[in-house]
Amino acid sequence: MIIFAIGFALLLNWVKNKTTYGSDTIISVFSSIAIALGLAILAQTGSFNQYSSYLVGDILSITDSEILYVFLIAIVVLVFWYFTFNKLHLISINSTLAKSKGVKTKKIDNIFAVLIAIVVMISIRWIGILLINSLLILPAASSRNIAKNMRLYHLYAVLFSLFSGITGLILSYYFNIPTGPMIVILSGGIYFMTLAVKGKVLNKFSKGELKNGE
Amino acid sequence: MEKACGLHCTKINNIGVKIGNDEILKNVNIHIHCGELTVIIGRNGAGKSTLLKAILGEIEHTGNITFVDQKDNITKKIKIGYVPQSINVEKHMPTTVYDFFASCITHIPVFLKKDKKIYNEIKEHLAIFGADSLIDKSIGDLSGGELQRVLIAIATKPTPNLLILDEPVSGIDRNGIKDFYNIISKLKSEYDMSIILVSHDLDLASKYADKVILLDKEVIKEGKPEDVFKSLEFRNRFGELA
Repeated sequence: MIIFAIGFALLLNWVKNKTTYGSDTIISVFSSIAIALGLAILAQTGSFNQYSSYLVGDILSITDSEILYVFLIAIVVLVFWYFTFNKLHLISINSTLAKSKGVKTKKIDNIFAVLIAIVVMISIRWIGILLINSLLILPAASSRNIAKNMRLYHLYAVLFSLFSGITGLILSYYFNIPTGPMIVILSGGIYFMTLAVKGKVLNKFSKGELKNGE
Repeated sequence: MEKACGLHCTKINNIGVKIGNDEILKNVNIHIHCGELTVIIGRNGAGKSTLLKAILGEIEHTGNITFVDQKDNITKKIKIGYVPQSINVEKHMPTTVYDFFASCITHIPVFLKKDKKIYNEIKEHLAIFGADSLIDKSIGDLSGGELQRVLIAIATKPTPNLLILDEPVSGIDRNGIKDFYNIISKLKSEYDMSIILVSHDLDLASKYADKVILLDKEVIKEGKPEDVFKSLEFRNRFGELA
């Protein structure tokens, strides 16, 4: 399964480099194909029900050895993040510029895609296919709404995901709601709150009540 | 700062680019010396941006680029600085000019604490281009002209042997473009580097360039600006210059 994920991620990157379409388009194409493929294969066995945990996930099914895997991959990701963040940052701003600064753009892009694929692969059983995307995007998007620089961006994103993860787990236990959805609902709530904060800050900016940098 | 001596020579040899079955560029040979501003002109789709990407090694191409120091006639590895036409940003992006700049010159991740020493270094370098007051601004909130200054500052640290600029086409008014050319002239006279500029403004190009190259899949015409602008090949592609 992991090999399939890595292959799929590299294929996606390869197609992205070979064509001029935006990565959004290509990601949509690939994800629809993957979902259709998955449904087609599952339909062969006759019943979806036994796989429904893959759709919404079941965090309570986690075993001790799996926690170890998560821990290991977390360390790998942190190390990768520490050593390549500046490069990834440049690639995202302008890949030709990154190249001129000696960044091996293709290699780093591929490693990044593979790592994401592995993280998704490992956590999909607990979070679920439908929700994993929101967990990847929502904390960062919320943080982006209010952060002014890269340090705050990282700090807020980590705080938001920790908060929604832990609070979601607790709430789901007491209110008997599936954990994955609960976490995403909280992340979504945070997103709209940050959006509101951003709106207020912007208004103040335009009224001149706040000076730059405050 | 080392001034241009005219003895560093960048040779772009026989560059050819094919994408699929389309031949985008063929047999492009360009020689440039330090202290020279070479302007590449051409219609849309003439392969200007492709040539820049080939020089930077971002796309597959045939031919090569060599850099020779004629003082001792040694071929060295070339350092290239690049100023893109635009960058991929949105408004209020959480990347400040400091974050952007520091990402280019250090391996210490910019999400950790700000490094005072690097911060001052960046500020000093930005000041050369009158952009030091922008250091804490988000790069999504800069005006076209401000962004251009920042990009040039980034491309010139460390000082490259060859500076490649893709002239901005949008978001900059006429005065901004003039500022842009003034900065380039300053770079040309004060630093030891060759400059290639892809231009969309024929007027200003003719005023500032030492050499103009007319590109249309291959080098059609090269030489002094007035010679190129008077040539038949030029008129066939642009009509008379008003």
